[in-house]
Amino acid sequence: MPSAVDAVQLRGIGKRFPGVVANHDVDVTIRPGTVHALIGENGAGKSTLMKILYGVQRPDDGTIAIEGEQVVLKSPTEAIEVGVGMVFQHFMLADNLTVLENMVLGAEKLHGIGDGARTEIRRISDRFGFDLDPDVLVERLGVAARQRLEIAKVLYRGARIIILDEPTAVLVPQEVDALFENLRELTSAGNSVLFISHKLDEVLAIADDITVMRRGTTVGTADPATATKQELAELMVGSELPSPETEESTVTDTVQLSLSDVTLTDEFGRNLLSDLSLTIRRGEVLGIAGVEGNGQAELVETIMGMRIPTAGRIMLGDEDVTHWHTRRLREAGIGYIPEDRHRHGLLLDAPLWENRILGHQTRPPSSKGMFINRRGARKDTERIVADYDVRAPGIDTPSRALSGGNQQKLIVGREMSGDPVLLIASHPTRGVDVGAQAAIWDHIKRARRAGLAVLLISADLDELIGLSDTIQVILRGRFVGTFDPAKVTPQDLGTAMTGGAA
Amino acid sequence: MTGRLKSVALALLAPAIAIVLSILVTTLVIAAVGSSPGEFWSTMFEVPKPRLRVDIVNQTAMIYIAAVAAAIGFRMGLFNIGLEGQYTIASFAAASFAGAAYLGGFANVIASLAVAMLVGAAWSGIAGLLKTTRGVSEVISTIMLNAIAVTLVGYFLNNYGVKEGNTVHTKNLEPSSTLGGFSPFEDRDGEIWALSIVALLLGIGFWVLLNKTRFGFDLRASGQSESAALASGINPKRMILISMMLSGAVAGLIWMPALFGGARNYGTSFQVGLGFLGIAVALLGRNRPVGMLFGALLFAFLSVKSNDLTFGTDVSPSIVQITQGVAVLAVVVTYEVVRRWRTRLEQRAVSRELTGTTAGATS
Amino acid sequence: MSATTATTGRKRTIVERLTTSWLYIGLIGIGVVSFVRIITDTDDLTGAGTIRAAIIATCPILAAALGGLWAERAGVVNIGLEGQMILGTWGAAFFTYHYGPWVGILGAALLGLIGGLLHAVATVTFGVDHIVSGVAINLIGAGAATYLAEAIFPDYEGGGPRQLNGLEAPAQITIPGVSDLANSIADRHWFVVSDIASVVQALTTNISTLSLLIFALVIVSALVLWRTSFGLRLRSCGENPQAAETLGINVYLYKYVAVLVSGALAGIGGGFLALVASSGFSNGQTGGRGYIGLAAMIFGNWRPGGLLAGALTFGYTDSLRLRDTQSVHSLLLLVAIGLLAFAAWRAYKRQVTGALVVAGAGVLVMAWFLLTDSVPREFTVMTPYVTTMFVLALGSQRLRMPAADGKPYRRGSAG
Repeated sequence: MPSAVDAVQLRGIGKRFPGVVANHDVDVTIRPGTVHALIGENGAGKSTLMKILYGVQRPDDGTIAIEGEQVVLKSPTEAIEVGVGMVFQHFMLADNLTVLENMVLGAEKLHGIGDGARTEIRRISDRFGFDLDPDVLVERLGVAARQRLEIAKVLYRGARIIILDEPTAVLVPQEVDALFENLRELTSAGNSVLFISHKLDEVLAIADDITVMRRGTTVGTADPATATKQELAELMVGSELPSPETEESTVTDTVQLSLSDVTLTDEFGRNLLSDLSLTIRRGEVLGIAGVEGNGQAELVETIMGMRIPTAGRIMLGDEDVTHWHTRRLREAGIGYIPEDRHRHGLLLDAPLWENRILGHQTRPPSSKGMFINRRGARKDTERIVADYDVRAPGIDTPSRALSGGNQQKLIVGREMSGDPVLLIASHPTRGVDVGAQAAIWDHIKRARRAGLAVLLISADLDELIGLSDTIQVILRGRFVGTFDPAKVTPQDLGTAMTGGAA
Repeated sequence: MTGRLKSVALALLAPAIAIVLSILVTTLVIAAVGSSPGEFWSTMFEVPKPRLRVDIVNQTAMIYIAAVAAAIGFRMGLFNIGLEGQYTIASFAAASFAGAAYLGGFANVIASLAVAMLVGAAWSGIAGLLKTTRGVSEVISTIMLNAIAVTLVGYFLNNYGVKEGNTVHTKNLEPSSTLGGFSPFEDRDGEIWALSIVALLLGIGFWVLLNKTRFGFDLRASGQSESAALASGINPKRMILISMMLSGAVAGLIWMPALFGGARNYGTSFQVGLGFLGIAVALLGRNRPVGMLFGALLFAFLSVKSNDLTFGTDVSPSIVQITQGVAVLAVVVTYEVVRRWRTRLEQRAVSRELTGTTAGATS
Repeated sequence: MSATTATTGRKRTIVERLTTSWLYIGLIGIGVVSFVRIITDTDDLTGAGTIRAAIIATCPILAAALGGLWAERAGVVNIGLEGQMILGTWGAAFFTYHYGPWVGILGAALLGLIGGLLHAVATVTFGVDHIVSGVAINLIGAGAATYLAEAIFPDYEGGGPRQLNGLEAPAQITIPGVSDLANSIADRHWFVVSDIASVVQALTTNISTLSLLIFALVIVSALVLWRTSFGLRLRSCGENPQAAETLGINVYLYKYVAVLVSGALAGIGGGFLALVASSGFSNGQTGGRGYIGLAAMIFGNWRPGGLLAGALTFGYTDSLRLRDTQSVHSLLLLVAIGLLAFAAWRAYKRQVTGALVVAGAGVLVMAWFLLTDSVPREFTVMTPYVTTMFVLALGSQRLRMPAADGKPYRRGSAG
């Protein structure tokens, strides 16, 4: 079956962003008529690579060959012209337009916008089992149907190489099976699929070839017929991180936070969190491991009072705080390092000292009664800048001007001030440099020794293992396993996170 | 220190460009219809006569109050385009209340100001409630409320007002409730209205509220980043309603200096358009108390001084409306350009700082 | 969904058909109006004179609403319609004085288009907040028209600093046979038939070609926006510009075109005010009709048919204030019936609280009708605004504005 010419050949691809090397020395070869899986952790550089192949970004080094021809892709339009199509993880669809309108948009010349297009859509839909009605509004479609529409869009434009960015992240298992059925139809018709994922069992189920990325480069290939999940996880995770050293336990007997059977449903009545129970004692770090999008963000927002649980109870110390809102919880001593510091942690255009006040508006030293205590806040910001080594020209600098690591150190310093009793740390070292990472780890450890209870959510398994006293694994809004970090390996966690047997 | 100087210079850059642009456009328009721009500018830049100086102060005060009202919304990320309706209906209510003279003397003034603020807050509160409970954009609802307010006031005035010849107005204030003002020049040059002081107090109050109080911090935080505000414990709906009503309450005061200064009733002497001027000045002054003061002064100067044009030039006074409009549009455009340029500079600075580190993360 | 339709049977399909087809809604509407006319004995309610006045009042609102539609379908909120319309009144006056009415209309469109260009530059190129830019354009539009009138019109024949009278209007059309026949039927005051005849009479007797043009523009806009690939691309910019960009569409270009057309349409609306609705330019003659156009567009749920209905409703009430208060009073009965019908429909859809609120309003209006003899003129003036507020408050879930309407978009933000 495989013909002589490879569908895609990427050689020595490199891409640098200001201050960051996103890709370097990337080599990928996709054989025609196959599903090629590209796996790696978050931040391993998969997204950048895809954008390069789809012409959204241009590589600084390296070459791209499509079906044997060297190409330079300056825009998605040019990528489409050479037969490369992409399905983004966040669908690029207009809800208020019909399936047909979304399909023909930008490609009206191919089959018109009327019956010609309708026929072609039906043809594609029937050929690959997409079950798409051209005249339905996209807003009426479920997630799986939207994804099929995205794939059909790409085929409509004549693409033979289809990039799928984490296509299963939003699907339930039955939908995943159906998608794989569609993909097999596609490859049997001679198309090639680049399948990006970090769910190992899915990759093993669908892929013909596997390439693994880590830290911006390709670190190996594997044959799904012979490879095991353990081997893949090892390749993905590596072990070159400066991993935090585990210290002796400081866990006390006093329970600081407990959740019992907490359930959260969305507006459509689907469970985002199902019957979650956990306890964190003073001096304990509870780590939550999980593939992103399995309920971690919702868990944090529920504890922080930004969402109120549908059922269950949350206790902070001896107090029932289930229905408390954010401000009251913060006043009760919860510190919060948010996952997305730009959206939830900082006022980017405000100076550092005002950012010191954010989230602490009602407490000294930020305020005195109804008033903001400017002097107190400024003085305390100086303290944070010094103690937490925030590198900034001064406390009047807007926080936007700081590097990610220094922004994060400022947030950590802020959330540690005022003697919190509980710290919620969501990906505390994401996107920060190695030096800042070590510093943040030290701060968390020191606070733990002083009796702080910490809920730590991280995608970095070494970080979780090194810092936590206990690790819970979350999958589709449920806890699916409890691990002792002294005994567990990243590979074990990876297996549990992706739903494999623990 | 140099950093500070640089940021001040950057802050002044946008208004400076905007003023130059609006002068340019005005000159071109005047030249295009065949009048003499030179004559126009020399008339405009003459030192105003004492009477006009008094007028400028009074107008500045009212425009400034309107600007503060608009700025309260803007700083929260709300567009209260309904100042016009709020101060119309509030002025009418206050004038009716004051004219009825339930209270005597100064108590009547204070009570009437309270009425003005309450009515203004209630009127803007409709838009606030619609936004928080039904998700209706405050822009559309306040535009509608503007028109409804103007018509409603017309109805009440026609049916319950005092008719005098061809005109209708509310009952005149009793002399004990008029405040007059103080005459810096000769008596015939008019008075600076007593309640103009309200503008000054509001400016200071606005500054204190915004920069010194927790509420002000919450308001600014909500305006800068709704998501960060929420995560910090601010209740966004409550903030929307409160700031909308606060903006309306301040709007209620816009015309009060004139009412208790010279007008003495709500009728033909009522000055329309102050609400939109206030929005324009808030944009011009970047919602900063001092910036808006200069903006209000500039707009008042242009409006009042343009009266001189009818003598001695063939340029009609309405030319300054073009100047004002162009100034606003130019200032928002240049601010945006400066902002983008600044962000680029900052990013470059950060990337310089980071060179050498090779983290694999992308964001 | 198909299962439920099948089980509830035929009754539902009849109701659905009656509430979804414009033809039926129109017929039912005319029936109710006719009923009210006969009950209250106010033939003026659908007299040809009233309809003619209503058409004249509708046209400028309609043109502005269409302008709003074009801009907002491409994702740009155009509050500046009012200012562009004002510019249009001046443009129409100036160019008609020199070159006759048709060049005058082009001039109105040109001046509106200049206003649109300002808006496009500010919002699309520079990413300024759409509302802020719109407010500034309204200030500039009003100022420019006032100044230019004062500077130029006093030297013209029939002109003064604030007006320019005696402008030649675009031609009027009468279709001889139809007009007379409709006239004779209308005079019989039969139920429904005469009411339709009045409408036909108004449409065939001395109707301005500019009115016909504006009505035609509704159809043209609908066809262009919904039946061509150009229109599809334009609408995609208002729904999801990032998606459009990934498909190789030049979003800036489409937004520019949309806003320019928007300004031109608002300008034509202004031109209509100066040339047809009155016999010349006068300062401030738009009287907020740009905003009413915006309201009509929202009322019409950002759709051509809907905004036509909105503009007709607002135009009709606008025209009634010029006529005797008796017919306005009978209109209360019409509103009451309408509200009660709407309440019944909501009850049928099992929206109990909504139904109760609307029914309560209906009862109140009915009581108002029964207990009074006339309606103050101001209340008819307020109608469009109050209606829009109600539509927004009650129907905000049903309204569907373009998903990316008013949101800043910058090239290269996709992916």
